[in-house]
Amino acid sequence: MTSTATVQITRHGKPALPHSPIGFDKRLDAHGLKLRSTDVEILQINVGKVCNQACKHCHVDASPKRTESMSAEIVEACLDVLRKYKIPTLDITGGAPELNPYFRRLVTEARKIGAKVMVRHNLTVMFEEGQRDLPEFFRANAIEVVSSLPYFLAQQTDAQRGTGVFDKSVEAIRKLNAVGYGIASSGLILNLVYNPTGAFLPPPQAAIEADFRRELKNRYDLYFNNLYTITNMPIARFLDYLRRSGNEERYVQKLINAFNPSTVAGLMCRNTISVDWRGNLYDCDFNQMLEISVSETVPQTIFDFSPEIFINREIKTAAHCFGCTAGAGSSCGGTVS
Amino acid sequence: MKIAAKVRFMHYYNEEDLARFGEIAKSKPELFEKFMAWYQACQEDGALSKREKALIGLAVSVVVQCPYCIDAYTQSSLENGSNMEQMTEAIHLASAIRGGASLIHGIQSHNAHDKISM
Repeated sequence: MTSTATVQITRHGKPALPHSPIGFDKRLDAHGLKLRSTDVEILQINVGKVCNQACKHCHVDASPKRTESMSAEIVEACLDVLRKYKIPTLDITGGAPELNPYFRRLVTEARKIGAKVMVRHNLTVMFEEGQRDLPEFFRANAIEVVSSLPYFLAQQTDAQRGTGVFDKSVEAIRKLNAVGYGIASSGLILNLVYNPTGAFLPPPQAAIEADFRRELKNRYDLYFNNLYTITNMPIARFLDYLRRSGNEERYVQKLINAFNPSTVAGLMCRNTISVDWRGNLYDCDFNQMLEISVSETVPQTIFDFSPEIFINREIKTAAHCFGCTAGAGSSCGGTVS
Repeated sequence: MKIAAKVRFMHYYNEEDLARFGEIAKSKPELFEKFMAWYQACQEDGALSKREKALIGLAVSVVVQCPYCIDAYTQSSLENGSNMEQMTEAIHLASAIRGGASLIHGIQSHNAHDKISM
């Protein structure tokens, strides 16, 4: 048996989770599935909620008004873990992680340790004060850049990410391309992320990737490596949107109807540990936002982390998890199956 | 009184009815099963992609003026990567064909006119 996590936080006086006619745990049980972790292969650090954008679907609730940001002490604790346990991949997210004052130290030290480093880069932050050299910084550290671009047209992109974001994003990709990112022979990886711009599921990844590749090249002469499709998670600002637009029930039912048991084995929560700006540990970035901490059977902060204790722990789940198991599945690396 | 109240809140088209489509199988389930097997097979990738088929489905839905189909194929078009500009082009083409189909019947009027006119 698996169990549903309790969520204490609320959202504008309403539950922080959407109403679901069936529990995610019940659906796993019905398929005889258990959700337990494997080896920790990815340390995903959310360095805080500070961002230069305020996207309508953001599960972090990030914006320029937020102030929560990881301290030097927590950054060092994360680096100690990377150094001590040789976790293969560091995945840095936010907010706009580049706005954290210790971001560049985190990146350069992690690379010295030998970790592969991925940065969830929102493209437009490149035009903020002190950030114009980001393409060169990324290249110098061989960072894998992962950037959201919900569509290859301005209307859809700006509707989700804010007026003017599309044009800035095009300019930013051009600068990344100019230093080699997204250019096949360079070895510098620029992956884009597609999120649906509304209450619907993403298209098949290969099909929409081909569209993006063709349209970005033909319209703007832009290049990238892979396109990941990610399902919008019915929490935080996207849940607000679902409720405002009268789509909550229908969207959740759509996710439930599209439950695909074959995605469970490949869910990212199984090989990832998520760290928040205060150093607390979670099974994934979504659980982090809902303050669903890791199983009580394992240490709760990065200071006490030790990978062998985290193997085979029970993953905490709730209704939002249907977002990762719908259709071809969804993870920070795109589809699962 | 109870019946009157029920009638007052009933509409010919209810959004929720789309999800109840399967209830048709309460009677003659074997016919519905045959329909669904055919219907679902038509949606799959083949010589035409799912996206092309979703756009055809949307265009036909508008022409046959089925609100359930329009809802379903709008979602399906979006979920196969189409945008509103592309969907609107498909809708215009289907509507134009429908308009043309009406207009060409005007020739029958011309023919009828010519037959009885000096």
